[in-house]
Amino acid sequence: MKHVEILDAKTKDKLCFLDKVEPNATIGEIKSMFHKSHPQFYPARQSIRLDPKGKSLKDEDVLQHLPVGTTATFYFRDLGAQISWVTVFLTEYTGPLVIYLLFYFRVPFIYAPKYDFTTSKHWVVHLACMCHSFHYVKRLLETLFVHRFSHGTMPLRNIFKNCSYYWGFAAWMAYYINHPLYTPPSEFTNIQFILVTLEFFNFCQIGNLSIHIALRNLRPPGSKTRKIPYPTKNPFTWIFVLVSCPNYTYELGSWLGFTLMTQCLPVAFFTLVGFIQMTVWAKGKHRSYLKEFRDYPPLRSPILPFVL
Amino acid sequence: IETKPEAHGHNYLKRKGPGALATAYLVIYNVVMTAGWLVIAVGLARAYLARGSYHGLYYSIEKPLKFFQTGAILEILHCAVGIVPSSVVLTGFQVMSRVFLTWAVTHSVREVQSEDSVLLFVTAWTVTEIIRYSFYTFSLLNHLPYLIKWARYTFFFVLYPMGVTGELLTIYAALPFVQKTGLYSVTLPNKYNFSFDYYTFLILVMFSYIPLFPQLYFHMIRQRKKVLGQVEDYSKVE
Repeated sequence: MKHVEILDAKTKDKLCFLDKVEPNATIGEIKSMFHKSHPQFYPARQSIRLDPKGKSLKDEDVLQHLPVGTTATFYFRDLGAQISWVTVFLTEYTGPLVIYLLFYFRVPFIYAPKYDFTTSKHWVVHLACMCHSFHYVKRLLETLFVHRFSHGTMPLRNIFKNCSYYWGFAAWMAYYINHPLYTPPSEFTNIQFILVTLEFFNFCQIGNLSIHIALRNLRPPGSKTRKIPYPTKNPFTWIFVLVSCPNYTYELGSWLGFTLMTQCLPVAFFTLVGFIQMTVWAKGKHRSYLKEFRDYPPLRSPILPFVL
Repeated sequence: IETKPEAHGHNYLKRKGPGALATAYLVIYNVVMTAGWLVIAVGLARAYLARGSYHGLYYSIEKPLKFFQTGAILEILHCAVGIVPSSVVLTGFQVMSRVFLTWAVTHSVREVQSEDSVLLFVTAWTVTEIIRYSFYTFSLLNHLPYLIKWARYTFFFVLYPMGVTGELLTIYAALPFVQKTGLYSVTLPNKYNFSFDYYTFLILVMFSYIPLFPQLYFHMIRQRKKVLGQVEDYSKVE
């Protein structure tokens, strides 16, 4: 039997003493016990560490495998209000879906009153609406049925930051694409061109979905194991040979296709900003793969084959 | 003062700061900037004495102002490279807002150049920068006179609001001319399917002062307490 004392990482005050804790108890279970004596700190907002300035221990860590004596001393840090990833994703993706449609249907107070509830005369505008809407419906469905999240929650303030980004850009793009004075691709870029951009967009959407499914299948339900992703029977996953995070590669491709389809500068900006952010994420993920797996395939680049 | 690293406990693990070459470069940079803003100060004083009025003094220092204020862009590079321990984003923001006022407002809208508000912010900037760059120079040489440190963390009480007032009045004065000429603005339709209204943008910039200025001001007040609060430790050492 062990004893556990929990101190505040900043003030070193004794917050909680748990006596008679099973040696094979996990940090997750200890968090639940701490939650009982401090109901305002639900487990998701607790960071428990061995050292006040050290890394957080994982929920799966077992008490007796940690370097502690008969009485284990842990330090607690409040991570702040938390919100689940699923909630954040659903909110940040529903916004663009709805907002774009408001502009597409030319709801009042956006454009001059004589255009209220009219539709664009350019067929590429209808196509763009279908692509944009399909993209976000796909994201919502993936959030509900495909993705397996490592962390359940993120800090609450992220939802405001993320929604501002997605909703803001969606409004900015949609305003111009659905504007009565929108200029479609010129006569030099004919129907063939638009259809090619559409095919490219669809190709990348399927590719992105394939990668999400392949990543999901790496991890059995409820587990947090990490494995190296490899190409599967699905040809869209063969890109794993050259890239660590092909989901981002395909996502970039989709937005490039959408930019070329709509010939709209704000869309190009959105694509660029997204590309920068995804590159940062891809490099981080690639680095963790290299650190964790000795046998990680050396040919792979983070996001763009051989280049980035 | 030489002290062994162990005497400070784990202090030697803190960031090591610029090397000897970088320090030499930074001293030169800060000396040059101090000199530059002194030139502007002297230019303003001489022009005032010659004309006998505050009106139109901008023209007498227009070139050095543009040169030295634009040169401050190097400070963003200093942070990016790591020879100065400040945030790239924060420094970038501060420098670019000055550059914006110098070029995109004062230079671009000729009609505001004779406004008194321009003199207001130029004076605030000049005094601030002379103190700031000499502060950095002396700090790098490890011989910071208390007077300079005190000035840096005290003059801002007046100089910040003075500069902000000058800046806002100048932007406000520029508005009608921007609207009339459509300066830097792009309208629909065009093949990029993009539009930009500089007039609206300037109004948004003015509004952005409301949340930003108090944050910067109170940050300086907090810094003042931290830095000048250690008066007892420092005065003996210097």
